[in-house]
Amino acid sequence: MNEPVLRIDSLVKHYGQVRAVDGLSLTIGQGEVLGLVGESGSGKSTVGKCVLRLTEPTSGTITLGGRDVTHLSRRAMRPLRRDVHMVFQDPYSSLNPRFSIEQIVSEPLLRHKVMRRREAGERVAAMLEKVGLRTEMMSRLPHELSGGQRQRVGLARALVLEPKLVVADEPVSALDVSVQASVLNLITDLQRDMGFSCLFITHDLSVVEFLADQIAVMYLGKIVETGPTAELFTGPRHPYTQALLSAAPVPDPARARERRRIVLSGDVPSPLDPPAGCRFHTRCPLAFDACRTVDPALTDPRDGDHPAACHLVTPERRPDAAVPGRTLEY
Amino acid sequence: MSLLDITDLTVGFDTEDGHVHAVKEVSLSLEEGEILALCGESGCGKTVTAMSVPRLLPPRTTRLTGSIRLDGRELTTLPEPQMRQVRGKEVSVVFQEPMTSLNPSFTVGFQIAEVLRRHENLSRGTARRRAVELLELVGIPAPAQRIKEYPHQLSGGMRQRVMIAIAVACSPRVLIADEPTTALDVTIQAGVLDVFRDLRDRLGTAIILITHDLGVVADIADRAVIMYAGRAAEQAPVEELFARPLHPYTLGLMKALPAAAVGGPGGRRRLAEIPGMVPSPLADPAECAFHARCPSGQDDCLAARPSLVRHGPAHLAACFHPARSGEQP
Repeated sequence: MNEPVLRIDSLVKHYGQVRAVDGLSLTIGQGEVLGLVGESGSGKSTVGKCVLRLTEPTSGTITLGGRDVTHLSRRAMRPLRRDVHMVFQDPYSSLNPRFSIEQIVSEPLLRHKVMRRREAGERVAAMLEKVGLRTEMMSRLPHELSGGQRQRVGLARALVLEPKLVVADEPVSALDVSVQASVLNLITDLQRDMGFSCLFITHDLSVVEFLADQIAVMYLGKIVETGPTAELFTGPRHPYTQALLSAAPVPDPARARERRRIVLSGDVPSPLDPPAGCRFHTRCPLAFDACRTVDPALTDPRDGDHPAACHLVTPERRPDAAVPGRTLEY
Repeated sequence: MSLLDITDLTVGFDTEDGHVHAVKEVSLSLEEGEILALCGESGCGKTVTAMSVPRLLPPRTTRLTGSIRLDGRELTTLPEPQMRQVRGKEVSVVFQEPMTSLNPSFTVGFQIAEVLRRHENLSRGTARRRAVELLELVGIPAPAQRIKEYPHQLSGGMRQRVMIAIAVACSPRVLIADEPTTALDVTIQAGVLDVFRDLRDRLGTAIILITHDLGVVADIADRAVIMYAGRAAEQAPVEELFARPLHPYTLGLMKALPAAAVGGPGGRRRLAEIPGMVPSPLADPAECAFHARCPSGQDDCLAARPSLVRHGPAHLAACFHPARSGEQP
């Protein structure tokens, strides 16, 4: 098998007392798009920052293309940055307002000494064309562009070095629906043409359903379920994933009103003091005794590639006899 | 006569760059106990339309014409002291961002009681008891303890419930909710939408829901107005709107949703894009504002501006070439 482009093993990141990421593992294969889904405070953005070493992991390892980069110095990390780039959420604050679009997109080329400034123009023009911007845009400043155009510039900057991995943190959340559609189409096209792998971080289930090959669902710093997109959407195994899917707004009045919503009680507990046992047990409609003491491991009941971290998927722990009628279907 | 009648509302703002045409000739009505969604993308005028009702627009730069009648009473010309009696009592507002709309230095109980003491002249003790009832109404557990807490001690979903409790404290006739669930996570959003539905069912409150999210519209609204570039493009009962969208813009919005592109036969498809950009609000040419982006645009769309035309009992669309019925989103 090919070496995965990104492998994260038992990643932990604590900010002081806040346990943002608490033992997370995932891999992204070549040309694969992984959708990392979670609500606010689930730790999904921290994972992205750790991959790019924008923040130091507390423990665990991050391997890029077979090379352990967890403890590389900034200097040693620098050549590797050619292969990993990031697209940010806010197209207003992630572009330097005093740089022209040409300067913004050519900066990675110059920084990595791929070419000189006077040779870069052509490459920048070609890249802008790929993201659907006219070359006249090169001399413009960010404030002259719309939100959608800015996000295209962000994409051009991330892709100009033809990286192996792109980390995209909510890249379309700030955009209106019609603009979002064109940016999502663009990301799909570019990914197909250029073949980069992508860690796509978002709270929006419909976006990853459209775009991702694999999904990982996070809750309070851990992955609770992961699997191929279609399988996870049609047969979610973890009660949290089920609740998340059932609560997502559906643009169809008949379906929206007839469906059975799983309403979760209470709020997400504080990552300062996550619950013992399964972190979801305080809100889980199916929780039983073992959930309050034993933290379930990610397990696939059929030994496939769709594991969930829930006692209900592991037969020996299922309290079917104790709670009749409270079983999950899969 | 409806509970609320807005007729030919036109709102503009004087800015350094010139006169911004925010809302143009919008007419709509709201019945008692109805949930009406004002829907559209950034800058379409949905918030300005709604905020014209309680007159929450900057008075010095706002140019407003048209009529807004609440129970037959004209609000646009009402003197400010009387308007103050309307605001918060007959028309109240829930804003998008619950953290910045609550005062961080007062307990939530005090902030709910404040409205009651001001509008209903309740005593301190009665107001506090009523505050507890209101928190219970919006689904906050242990309300007697919660009223002693400060906004920072509550989660986002809880804060938004407190905002709703304040807004409905005086049993308003009309509740305006501006993107009330946009800042919330999906699992929390569902619960807050239930609170609105419940208020309408139990108190008969009419609700104007401002949102960009067609999923929210489908879930909770009875009727929807789709706005584009300051005008109403289409207006219909929600089931009708989603089953038979007539305006190409409405159809475009529905097709652009990622949810529309998955789950169908043939696996993953492309999303339908709406090419081009929203026209500048500084100009107001006498043509269809959508024609430059419209797949069914023709010459007549440039020659005149289409007005809202009735296509069904309650279905209006402003388009010379509406989608034929049966064209599915």
